[in-house]
Amino acid sequence: MTLELFIQYFFAGITYGSIYAIVAIGFNIIYNTTGIINFAQGEFVMLGGMISISLLPIMPLPLAIAAAVALTMLYGALLEICFIRWLDNPGVLRMVIITIGLSILTREAALHVWDESIRSLPYFVGNEISTVNVLGARVSPQVFWVIGACGLMVAFLSIFFQGTSVGRQMRACAANRKAAVLCGINTRDMVTFSFVLSAGIGALAGCVMSPITSTAYDNGTGLAIKGFTVAILGGLGNSAAAVAAGLLLGIIEAFSVSVLPLAFQDAIAIAILLIILFVRPHGLFGSGTAAGLKEF
Amino acid sequence: MKACRMMMVVLALSLAAAPAVMAETLKVGAILAVTGPAAFLGGPESRTIEMLADEVNQAGGINGKQIELIIKDSGGSPEKAISFAKQLIEEEQVVAVIGPSTSGESMAVKKLFEESRTPLLSCAAAEVIVNPVAGFVFKTPQSDSFAVRRIFMTMQEMGISRIAVLAGNTGFGKAGKEQLQAIAPTMGIEIVEAEVYDKDANDLSAVVAKMKANPDVQAVVNWSIVPAQAIVAKNMRQAGWDVPLFQSHGFGNIKYVESAGVAAEGIIFPAGRLLVADKLPADHPQKQLLTKYKADYEGKFQEQASTFGGHAYDAFIILMKAIENGGTDQQSIRDEIEKIQGLPGTAGIFSFSATDHNGLDLESFEMVTVKNGAFVPYEKQ
Amino acid sequence: MRRLLFLLPLVILVVGVQVLTDWTDTRYYLTQLTMAAYYSLLIIGLCALMGYTGQISLGHAGFFAIGGYLSAALTTRNLAFFQDQAFFRLLEGAGILATGQDIYGAELVVVAPWAACLVAIIAAALIAWLLGIPVLKLKGHYLAMATLGFGIIIYRIALASEYFGEADGISEVPPFLLPFGLEVSGSFAVREANYYIAWGLLIMGLILLRNLIDSRVGRALRSIHGSEDAAGAMGVDTARCKLQVFVLSAVFAAVAGVFLTHYNGGIGPSEAGVMKSVRYVAIVAVGGMAHLWGALVMGVVLNFLSLRGVFGSYDDAVFGLILIGIMLFAPNGVLSLLNFSGVLDFFRRRRRRVKEPGGLR
Repeated sequence: MTLELFIQYFFAGITYGSIYAIVAIGFNIIYNTTGIINFAQGEFVMLGGMISISLLPIMPLPLAIAAAVALTMLYGALLEICFIRWLDNPGVLRMVIITIGLSILTREAALHVWDESIRSLPYFVGNEISTVNVLGARVSPQVFWVIGACGLMVAFLSIFFQGTSVGRQMRACAANRKAAVLCGINTRDMVTFSFVLSAGIGALAGCVMSPITSTAYDNGTGLAIKGFTVAILGGLGNSAAAVAAGLLLGIIEAFSVSVLPLAFQDAIAIAILLIILFVRPHGLFGSGTAAGLKEF
Repeated sequence: MKACRMMMVVLALSLAAAPAVMAETLKVGAILAVTGPAAFLGGPESRTIEMLADEVNQAGGINGKQIELIIKDSGGSPEKAISFAKQLIEEEQVVAVIGPSTSGESMAVKKLFEESRTPLLSCAAAEVIVNPVAGFVFKTPQSDSFAVRRIFMTMQEMGISRIAVLAGNTGFGKAGKEQLQAIAPTMGIEIVEAEVYDKDANDLSAVVAKMKANPDVQAVVNWSIVPAQAIVAKNMRQAGWDVPLFQSHGFGNIKYVESAGVAAEGIIFPAGRLLVADKLPADHPQKQLLTKYKADYEGKFQEQASTFGGHAYDAFIILMKAIENGGTDQQSIRDEIEKIQGLPGTAGIFSFSATDHNGLDLESFEMVTVKNGAFVPYEKQ
Repeated sequence: MRRLLFLLPLVILVVGVQVLTDWTDTRYYLTQLTMAAYYSLLIIGLCALMGYTGQISLGHAGFFAIGGYLSAALTTRNLAFFQDQAFFRLLEGAGILATGQDIYGAELVVVAPWAACLVAIIAAALIAWLLGIPVLKLKGHYLAMATLGFGIIIYRIALASEYFGEADGISEVPPFLLPFGLEVSGSFAVREANYYIAWGLLIMGLILLRNLIDSRVGRALRSIHGSEDAAGAMGVDTARCKLQVFVLSAVFAAVAGVFLTHYNGGIGPSEAGVMKSVRYVAIVAVGGMAHLWGALVMGVVLNFLSLRGVFGSYDDAVFGLILIGIMLFAPNGVLSLLNFSGVLDFFRRRRRRVKEPGGLR
């Protein structure tokens, strides 16, 4: 394998990987405050892309993206308030089924709102064939937008969770809900807020990746499964680990192309997930002792 | 016990809702993948035949009878297609069925239509649907082998002999890949790389890099009907790989060109003439029909007409022609379809026979290329 | 014998419907009722797993597909290529091989349907057993994801292998000949017989599950659902119980897959899709989780309506809506709504909520 080919695979892997990581971070935010895995997370990504594409004819690109993110956040809030907020102590099984149902409904609604055709945002910089030369390999500038967006989100989230009052309240919910309530934190609002935040992050991911991957009504499901794989691979709830796991999975997928038929690529990702679940359910980077306190 | 009583009520209700037979209408069934993974086929197909049926009915019907169109959305799954086929044949007693949209579904229901002696006009491309010929089964899309031959002929002109093949993991990609592999040796073409990708693939730069690393590859053929077509084009050009890119007739949708942007420039692919309708000479037999379909469809649905909708269009006009020529029931309609000669459709000029239930030939494809973001006929440089 | 009396109304109903369709000349309803019966066989199996052990499985379409695809592939793929090898003669000697025809009329040597059926069911059971050992140790989201992942892998394999027909699936599957001149096939001529075969299987499945639930194993299962730790403390081998039911439900799914594939004369990758698994879970949930009758009724009714295309282009959306609606308002199933306790419960819970914030976990 030449250096050029190696770098080409590497960047392909980082591109997939960053996308998976952003979706996984969305999962983690909600999981951390609620203990729920939101199976509709992929739909936020799809909605972000779709809405921004629809808005593009009437406003400039940055504004369209901002509006799409805001609208998707609103949608996230609505989902939480309408379907989850008022449930008392729902079991995991019930929550899994409800979020799967929400994912199906969102997808089918998108089909009837936007029809089945495929759309994409224009490239933020340059066009479809412009590339940046990295050590002989050619990489689309949009890839750097994806990687940059992923990095920014992680940085933003770590500042948010460490440095702001709301962020600390959300972490308190994650650590011990009863104690958080006793400290006067409105846990219900924190849950709504976590949905808003992860919807916004998903939507932004949907916009940034749209020029590369295109957007269609049924994009979300596949992304959600990959994102979930990554979230578990890194250890549920740990966003920095999710980024590492996302990049790892992306790179494994990219390099697997050189030895295995492409058709089995997805099966590989899922097989890795199953193996991780069986041998290290707390994830590659999770701590086993901490995991002993959780339920798997 | 309560459960049993409920079941009884539900069943009784559904039995009571048995449809009444209406006089002076002609029931035509359609099984199309309006939703699901093949929605990009079934969507335009169902919109097209709804539009056509309205048109016929407003003009007073056919032979004085109104068309009653019954469209069933199979979601692209064979088991539903089978259930709907039985329903349409037996319960609705339709005179003919248009669809299904995909090859898998068409093959699944083929036997049923033979057994019940009801004509089926499939909108799927695979050759096995009409080869071996089954008495009551027809198809309107051009065969993949025509597309493959046209591509290889163009390659021969360009002096290309070693190629890489990429295909999507849909029925369309599968059938194309098989034809490419079967026909290549007979036309002096060697396939040196072959890969299949997922229909939901997001990025194919890794596999493009792999193929680019093989210095033997003189051209790439990509065979799919999914957005990955645009992604292949983008990834190839991004990688600075400028060998000719051939696509299948699945590329015949301007949305893919829009999605690939400048990367689509110079892509060569075979397509029905719908895409270049306005650039055809005025005396071309398909010209009038194609421009009318395009104008009607685009006016009504505010989206570009695609060749997929065209397949349903052809199925519908073939059926109407057969009825006009005296077809009144399943058997006579079948016989009349077989007699149709020189009927212009969107895919080409249909001439059926007892051994040819597709009715098209190599001429039904035109080599098309992308220039300045639009489809133009390909001319040898 | 007395324990079987509960089935009498069902048997009368099944026969009654057939006679009724014969009378009213609406025999075509039997087609979808037959298909719905096979799906319901899978669903009651899943109901036993989900309702009585509390384990979710988002991968049951995978087991259905293992059954369907294996029997379809074995009964259609030509073995003549191996004619000279020892194992071929061994199979031939055992009477396992049969001859068939491909679509061009050429002769094929294939595995006989009954042998393919056995292979498919054993394969499904074996895979379920191997998978079940690690998977059933997981809980909650992890269990959901692991079973979902299994389903996706099966879907991917079906879609990526030439042997399984890739995206087109397998068609031209021959009829499954049974004793007494019966055959499982979609031919219009044998529709009534097939209706009874399907419902016969379903009723047999029901008897099996009822007996299981009423037995010692059943009591152990219910104790697992109540509290797994408590059950374990009482000496119930929870892991083994769960595994047994998991394998049993996989076998139910595989049997349904085998028979429906012969009935339809083919199978496609859509049968292995994630949406199918979700749909089965939805139906079990609608039926009320631990409620075999509920699962049976809902399985038959919803599949019947879906297969008749009543929901049109909203098929998936309807199931999504049902899932959410049931989980929000009647987590004990739609039948619980009949006595309005679910509704009352709902309002009661709403009132209590005001006093006790932050209950969501």
